[in-house]
Amino acid sequence: MASIFKNHGKLERHSMLLLLFIILVVSVGGLVEITPLFFLESTIEKVDGMRPYTPLELAGRDIYIREGCYLCHSQMIRPLRDEVERYGHYSLAAESMYDHPFQWGSKRNGPDLARVGGKYSDAWHRDHLINPRSLVPESIMPPYKFLAEHDLDYRDIKDKLRAMKTVGVPYTEAEIASAEDDLRAQADPNQSPTKLQAHYGSKLNIRDFGGGPNRVTEMDALIAYLQMQGTLVDFTTYKADAPANQR
Amino acid sequence: MSGNRDKDPHSGMETTGHEWDGITELDTPLPRWWLWIWYGTIVFALVYWVLMPAWPYPGGYTKGILHNSQRVQVAQDLKALQAQRDVQGRALTNASLDQIERDPKLQAYAMTLGQLTFNANCAACHGAGGTGSKGYPNLRDDVWLWGGSLQDIQTTLIHGIRSQDPEARNSKMPSFGADGLLKPAEVNDLTEYVVALSRRPANQAAVARAAPLFANNCAVCHAADGKGNATFGAPNLTDKDWLYGGDRASIHDQIWNGRGGVMPNWGKRLDANTLKALTVYIHANAGGG
Repeated sequence: MASIFKNHGKLERHSMLLLLFIILVVSVGGLVEITPLFFLESTIEKVDGMRPYTPLELAGRDIYIREGCYLCHSQMIRPLRDEVERYGHYSLAAESMYDHPFQWGSKRNGPDLARVGGKYSDAWHRDHLINPRSLVPESIMPPYKFLAEHDLDYRDIKDKLRAMKTVGVPYTEAEIASAEDDLRAQADPNQSPTKLQAHYGSKLNIRDFGGGPNRVTEMDALIAYLQMQGTLVDFTTYKADAPANQR
Repeated sequence: MSGNRDKDPHSGMETTGHEWDGITELDTPLPRWWLWIWYGTIVFALVYWVLMPAWPYPGGYTKGILHNSQRVQVAQDLKALQAQRDVQGRALTNASLDQIERDPKLQAYAMTLGQLTFNANCAACHGAGGTGSKGYPNLRDDVWLWGGSLQDIQTTLIHGIRSQDPEARNSKMPSFGADGLLKPAEVNDLTEYVVALSRRPANQAAVARAAPLFANNCAVCHAADGKGNATFGAPNLTDKDWLYGGDRASIHDQIWNGRGGVMPNWGKRLDANTLKALTVYIHANAGGG
């Protein structure tokens, strides 16, 4: 022990040596905490129904992030009685598996949105985003009227899918290639949904989400994203009391 | 700097032995209270690691001897809550809607549960008091698009309106103008006709022109006299109650675009007893119907 303290003088006198030792010591903490996570197999529950976001939902998610919705809304129903009572089944890790980055959030000025999908009508979302106080007089949410006025810019949607693929979301090359077509097909009930459904399954919301016919607005994308929130996992086949799912 | 630890003659404390140009540094020990709290936290961490889930390792993590699990805990909490509710809830399960409304004790329970459920789920659209707004029906009056009996209300709640439920109430007004079913002039005439139906001054020539149009296009749902039909959710056009506004511009807009609201099918979100209580709550607040 004594010699450690004696030799400590060497570190204090050589800045590069000190730097090296600081890095060594700090990385011990990091390695111990982070490395095991890469080998954890029990984090993500095995569930039915999860799929990557459709191009329209992915674009809506980017608007959600751009407008900072996460600053006031969480997407994380914690396993606590009152939260499950109010919002529904607690959130699963599997439900965020295609989120990069996840939108769990930590501020709750507004309600949790993890299971808002299907809770309100498209028209409600549209009216509420345009002027929240027209429906909820005591609301402090800012209005997002411009979303209905702006056409969605989706020229880079293929690149967005490709970026997601790079970080592990299993989009196929065919899905990336037809991302623009798939995006338009989901917002327009008059187009054939065959290809879109072949890529993302038959359980999709395909309709005019309120942006009006013959155009895809930012409002369409955001509402499409909100309306699928928390609706993917099939809870009839999920075994909440299986030992692997209890933690 | 040198390694000589010395006593400082003024304070009696030891020095660190560091010295710069004759200035030395006192080696004052940490306050005891601080040190003991620090030792305490270390002991706490060691105990916590043993008791609670703590350390990840490849393929799993240490579960701790208490086997603590939030998910197990919440399942128990919900079960306890359900047991508590079952005390009176079982009576709800067994009683019909009519019986609940007639039994003062059951009714009081249903009203409380109904109000809580309404505030958490319905108020966002229908308003905190259920008075609605443009496009979202008022539930406090006697005007009902799809019928206001207990059974009608329960069906609407469970299956929704134009929702994704296979048994949803589904009829929808056509977009007579936007889809080219009627000419613009005909929509204008019909607007006058609807204004006249609600006993307001209107252009009589237009009303006369629109009478056959109304009979051919509108009467099938709204009835020949314009009093509506709850089977199709077609509102009464002769009263003063307007879902999308009663002025000429709003009426014209509605004939042109044929909007119809969507209500979610709450059967997939709420359990049967909660839906019964909600039905009784809404029915009671509307004063029958």
